[in-house]
Amino acid sequence: MTSTTNATSTVAVRNTSAERRGVAPAPWRGFRGEGWRTGVDVRAFIQDNYLPYVGDESFLAGPTDRTLAVWRKITDLLPEERRRGIYDVDASTPSSITAHAPGYIDRDRELIVGLQTDAPLKRAIMPAGGLRMVENGLAAYGYTLDPKVKEIFTLYRKTHNDGVFDAYTPEIRAARRAGIITGLPDAYGRGRIIGDYRRVALYGVAHLVTAKKAELRALEGAFASDAVIRDREELSEQVRALEELRRMAASYGHDVSRPAATAREAIQWLYFAYLAAVKEQNGAAMSLGRTSTFVDVYLQRDLEEGRITEQQAQELVDDFVIKLRIVRFLRTPEYDQLFSGDPTWVTESIGGMGADGRTLVTRTSYRYLQTLRNLGPAPEPNLTVFWSARLPEPFKRFCARLSIETSSIQYESDDLMRPVHGDDTAIACCVSAAPVGRQMQFFGARVNLAKTLLYAINGGRDEMTGEQIGPVTEPLRGEYLDHDRVMAAFETMIAWLAQTYVEALNIIHYMHDRYAYERIEMALHDHPVKRTLACGIAGLSVAADSLSAVKHARVRVIRDDSGLAVDYDIEGDFPAYGNNDDRADDIAVGLVRSFMTEIRRHPAYRGAEHTQSVLTITSNVVYGRHTGNTPDGRRAGEPFAPGANPMNGRDRHGLVASALSVAKLPYDQAGDGISLTNTVTPEGLGRTEQERVGNLVGVLDGYTDAGGFHMNVNVLNRAMLLDAMEHPDRYPQLTIRVSGYAVNFVRLTREQQQDVVDRTFHGSL
Amino acid sequence: MNPAARCEQMTGDHETALRQGEAELRPPPAPPGTGVISSWDLSIGVDGPGTRFTVFTAGCPLRCLYCQNPETWRMRDGRRVTVDEVMDEVGKYRRFLTVAHGGVTISGGEPLLQPGFTAEVLRRCREIGLHTALDTSGFLGERAGDALLADTDLVLLDIKSSDPATYHGLTGAPLEPTLRFARRLAALGRPTWVRFVLVPGLTDDPGNVEGIARFVAGLGNVEHVDVLPYHRMAAEKYRRLGLPFPLPGVLPPGPELLERVHAQFRAHGVTSI
Repeated sequence: MTSTTNATSTVAVRNTSAERRGVAPAPWRGFRGEGWRTGVDVRAFIQDNYLPYVGDESFLAGPTDRTLAVWRKITDLLPEERRRGIYDVDASTPSSITAHAPGYIDRDRELIVGLQTDAPLKRAIMPAGGLRMVENGLAAYGYTLDPKVKEIFTLYRKTHNDGVFDAYTPEIRAARRAGIITGLPDAYGRGRIIGDYRRVALYGVAHLVTAKKAELRALEGAFASDAVIRDREELSEQVRALEELRRMAASYGHDVSRPAATAREAIQWLYFAYLAAVKEQNGAAMSLGRTSTFVDVYLQRDLEEGRITEQQAQELVDDFVIKLRIVRFLRTPEYDQLFSGDPTWVTESIGGMGADGRTLVTRTSYRYLQTLRNLGPAPEPNLTVFWSARLPEPFKRFCARLSIETSSIQYESDDLMRPVHGDDTAIACCVSAAPVGRQMQFFGARVNLAKTLLYAINGGRDEMTGEQIGPVTEPLRGEYLDHDRVMAAFETMIAWLAQTYVEALNIIHYMHDRYAYERIEMALHDHPVKRTLACGIAGLSVAADSLSAVKHARVRVIRDDSGLAVDYDIEGDFPAYGNNDDRADDIAVGLVRSFMTEIRRHPAYRGAEHTQSVLTITSNVVYGRHTGNTPDGRRAGEPFAPGANPMNGRDRHGLVASALSVAKLPYDQAGDGISLTNTVTPEGLGRTEQERVGNLVGVLDGYTDAGGFHMNVNVLNRAMLLDAMEHPDRYPQLTIRVSGYAVNFVRLTREQQQDVVDRTFHGSL
Repeated sequence: MNPAARCEQMTGDHETALRQGEAELRPPPAPPGTGVISSWDLSIGVDGPGTRFTVFTAGCPLRCLYCQNPETWRMRDGRRVTVDEVMDEVGKYRRFLTVAHGGVTISGGEPLLQPGFTAEVLRRCREIGLHTALDTSGFLGERAGDALLADTDLVLLDIKSSDPATYHGLTGAPLEPTLRFARRLAALGRPTWVRFVLVPGLTDDPGNVEGIARFVAGLGNVEHVDVLPYHRMAAEKYRRLGLPFPLPGVLPPGPELLERVHAQFRAHGVTSI
């Protein structure tokens, strides 16, 4: 033991004196293992070098004056941003990795540097996704697009958006317009692709370029088919993007061509890689990956070498997180209506267990979460804890305590993800899991299942406009809805929907690859990469309850003069999804299964594997607005429940019964994730803080054990939310989880705020 | 005005309610293996440790002025279920309750109004390894057999007052049976949480609290006292049931009063939360 200690301190001294002579310490000094050194394998590096931590939070440090000073520079700007919608925008420079000059928050104080543009909160334009989105986004906030940019992207350079609409069929356009297929990434970046940003820190760009060139060379012998040509072009673009990343970092005075040699460099390199991605892509979700345990290896080494103290380790993490909190994109007000609160989904996946049974929790897992205290609660980064009942108890309690304090954490089942994706998996966006750097998804938003049921009843006509959108089928006749006939018609309509939907997604992703390819993100993936086509459904609980009503009660149809079914009268009671009652829950399970089966019938672009999510984000409000009266008694325009949630107020037996209904939805048929958002009052978890922490841990253990996939935990009082609606200035950092992500409550629209307030609060009455 | 007098003033409505309560004392004979319940629910942190599957039995001999569950007063408003049916429902949560360190709580109403049913449910839960709790006023403690108590891991005992007159005014029933039951639990060494609802003007008299604290301190089996601040959230239930809300003018206790009461318990070495 003594010799080890001596060796470490000798290294530290030698490095320190060498650094004084201007020589950087050896980047890989002290690292163990060989397998990761020659190729690109971050997981192997982590496994060989990380130090699991099973202790409690007592080692953590609070914020320093420096940290608070830097953070205050940002918080001073936020009220203005909230007031105007955006703080500022560069309307003349199409963004790229190198387009903008370096920018700083507070150059003398910042430890980690780099901004998307040359000033904090100043947004960039990214016209390659779609020019209209840029123009409308600018116009909404009183800016005008530089005519030159408009000329370039009209006359000389086609956008993703243009490409998609060249190939859409009238049928797809109609389905999109009617709101039965919505939220499609056809006018902006698709996002949900996570580059393995850690690679830049571990290997440096030079090594990564060499590896990419080797992948390119390996294709030289292959016949130049469509697929091979496309792969070659993409790999060449990836190499180019890496070179741009190097140049961008150099503009900030850092040489990322070599590996990071210290923790500060590791975080900085990692951040530069991520920054390059958010400079290049306005993706719907720009997630970070799973970085805390990777960073911990570096922080731990620096701590052991005596380079930094715990206080300094926390400062680096705090400074990094400040950067992640101010990622911004220019979007339109319509987009913000769908996804309120200006979300960017900088999702960071924390914790979980390793395949070898060791926990992946490290001290830095705590340090990341500690930012919620040091900087106050915030929606971004989207802190996502990979939960397993086997996690160290002190860590579980720490997470639960922070959830109760901040409502800023979401939980996803490590036990469901690990067997499918391995232990180096991260969440993109809200609930989409994939192994980092090895798999990407084609994001596909979602279809409106409740509306589809209404189309089935109405022979493909829209219940709100009467317009024929779906295929012409026989409308259901008779005074009462007959279960068998409803099911048969519904199946026909679902088959049509699935085909139209997959076709739309194939077109979107073909064009996105062509006109808005994610060069830097894909440069940080293996080649070849595994792809999924991530479909999704909304309105599951409405559809399930409607079918339950038809089956277990009597549903009388009310038609207008044109014979269109516009309302329903329910005679008798019916079991509702959300009460752990199989009679209703099995219907929801059946819907998930049958839609997935239909989706799989249609080949996906680039051989992607079909998946689906049960997730709405905040769009449950908009979907509801565009959907007429439904046979479950829901009124036209009323919001759907978010994600896989039971309908508000219909889950009558509390949080646990509700959660167990959701846990029945099969993850193997919804591999892109199943989202449950819960709101509980503090009293609803227990009478003392200790009790609440223990009980929340118990609920998460029980839910995960039951096969539940995702849970947002809000611990809130309705009274506080109502007060925040009236006095937003008093609640600048009030954060709530909505559906796979978190928002600043005061940035939601009034309608969305009301939706949150109306949701089931699981209390103690 | 002393609390008892104030209760007396609570008028004819309460008198009627009290007579109904007495009527509940003599429930009709029940088919074996069945009971009458008001509802069941999953609760967290209110009906015992962890997540609880809580059965609310129907029927209660007391008519407490601050009752939160007036829908459970009359047995005839409940529905008759078999023990098997209850256990089928419990079975759906067995695993969850175990993992979440919770269990099953029989509450009410007054579970000891149906001692056979209650004993049977507790025994069956015990058999499948679930933690069991009995939430009772203790007024019918004598109806709880030794076997029933042996199958009860935790008793949540509601001691509303230490003063017989106040107790009677609040509930319409004598205090002594509850105290007797508490002593019996102590003798048996049954872990017990004492619950005390703090109602300003009714139960907050320092002497009243003092009496409970002294009594509890002498028992030895009480893990802690839950001081439950009176709240008005049941007002809506009363309205729906067409019942007059019994304490229209009473507000929840403020933090100072709560702290004073906690301090009184602490002074006797009793943990109060």
